Amino acid sequence: MALDGSLERLRREGHIVVVGASLAGLRAAETLREEGFTGTLTMIGDEPYEPYDRPPLSKQVLLGLVPVGQTALPRRRTLDARWRLGAAATALDMAAKRVTLADGTSVEYDRLLITTGVRSRPWPNELEAGLDGVFVLRTTDDAARLVGRLRAGPRRVLVIGAGFTGSEIASVCRERELPVTVAERGPAPLVGALGGVIGEVAAELQHQYGVDLRCGVMVTGLEGDGAGRLRRAHFSDGAALDAEVAVVALGATRNTEWLAGSGLAAGPRGIACDAGCRAFDVRGIVSDDVFVAGDVARSPHPLFGYQFLSLEHWGNAVAQAEVAAHNMISPGERRRPHLWTPYFWSAQFGVNIKSVGVPNMADQILVGQGSLSEHRFTAAYGYQGRVIAAVAFDQAKWLEFYQRQIEQAAPFPLPFTTVDRRTEGMRPVPAGFPDPSVPTHGPEVTVSGHSPTDQRVTFTPA
Amino acid sequence: MRVVVDLNRCQGYAQCAFLAPDVFAMHGEEALLYDARPDDTRRADVLRAVAACPVRAITVEGAGGRWTADRVGASDGA
Repeated sequence: MALDGSLERLRREGHIVVVGASLAGLRAAETLREEGFTGTLTMIGDEPYEPYDRPPLSKQVLLGLVPVGQTALPRRRTLDARWRLGAAATALDMAAKRVTLADGTSVEYDRLLITTGVRSRPWPNELEAGLDGVFVLRTTDDAARLVGRLRAGPRRVLVIGAGFTGSEIASVCRERELPVTVAERGPAPLVGALGGVIGEVAAELQHQYGVDLRCGVMVTGLEGDGAGRLRRAHFSDGAALDAEVAVVALGATRNTEWLAGSGLAAGPRGIACDAGCRAFDVRGIVSDDVFVAGDVARSPHPLFGYQFLSLEHWGNAVAQAEVAAHNMISPGERRRPHLWTPYFWSAQFGVNIKSVGVPNMADQILVGQGSLSEHRFTAAYGYQGRVIAAVAFDQAKWLEFYQRQIEQAAPFPLPFTTVDRRTEGMRPVPAGFPDPSVPTHGPEVTVSGHSPTDQRVTFTPA
Repeated sequence: MRVVVDLNRCQGYAQCAFLAPDVFAMHGEEALLYDARPDDTRRADVLRAVAACPVRAITVEGAGGRWTADRVGASDGA
């Protein structure tokens, strides 16, 4: 812990380095300045662009309503930062307090914030991934490539993976009146994040909009023509499909490789940190100098038994960045815990989908308002007799109420009646999440940690 | 000008779509699509939308003229 004098010095003339110049990095930098940090601020980013917003990429940008490259995030204040863009961080030396960049230069810090986020999981076969016509969608460059190809009017688009991103891409294709096939390993779209009951509704939406939806199959191979262009995809059920474009939407992987050997508790699941965003090292000791926020962080949450939550959510990036920045320049007693309740949205097939809490922890679901068949409803999720999450299709206004129920650990099913409750919402039913031991493209929320029932962590002392 | 909407907050009241229809548009019943970089000539409309949003979900750069974007590299180092 910094002594008062040294903390004052840090705030006045210290050097804070932020690795990861996206939403979380930007909001953290703004918060540092807002809270009176007057020292040197360096922003390091692997992409050559200033911080931009990603959610529009799979929606208005892919639709062609907003030009690619026009989603730079508004600044809430001037930053007076040094920008090192287009230079990825490649190594961290915690003893020397130094970050090395891809261009060979290095930057020393007094305090470091890591917001390196996630990247698209690529198609596993490198040769096939390199075919002309095979895409992922995460960055503005990805969007530029894909939107150019969609504009050219391919005869068929194949979307591999029906999570949120894959489903949004399929929705855009139908709006562009492009024939699209969606291949999903699970039994329904969105099943990993929202469960089988809601997954059925998502499947109905896809059918209604003319998507050729194929569940329970895997894409086993992508085949190119002589010129290296994608021509055909092969499925695990033996079918083959001619397609000129394939979008790989198999979830994301965390950008932690650059921290290998640094001594930080960083791995494929992210970087472990305490509730105050201080990073753990491999010994399980929190660092005073290294903080984490956004998609790359995993931090304990009291609502979920202090298990570690990794959240690939826009709102989490903002909230956690603000807490991390505040704590970086505050004495211990004024530090705040990051206790944000998970919240996210998706827009697809004309429906506004919103979620609060962690649905994929649930065992049961109950439609509290509206009706699944009308594709307009709010469903509550229960876990061991308490409300753990809620999901709304075109009924966003109810979620604030459910958020309070979740935060108060209200009983499930709710002991009172709700407005617009139908017969189908009288009794909870199994939520229908796939067996977690079977890999899927994965939900955007991962709970992992110290629960004795959690067998996924192996303790391997060095 | 730059615009971002916190769509966690947005509840589809559509006030913005009435006040600045060439910047904000409803997509279906409740989903909102918006132009993240509308032309500066739309500033007055956008600021009205910011003020009218019942859940205060819209952030605009330079609202009220107090803040300006610091250009990347302006300070140094980029």
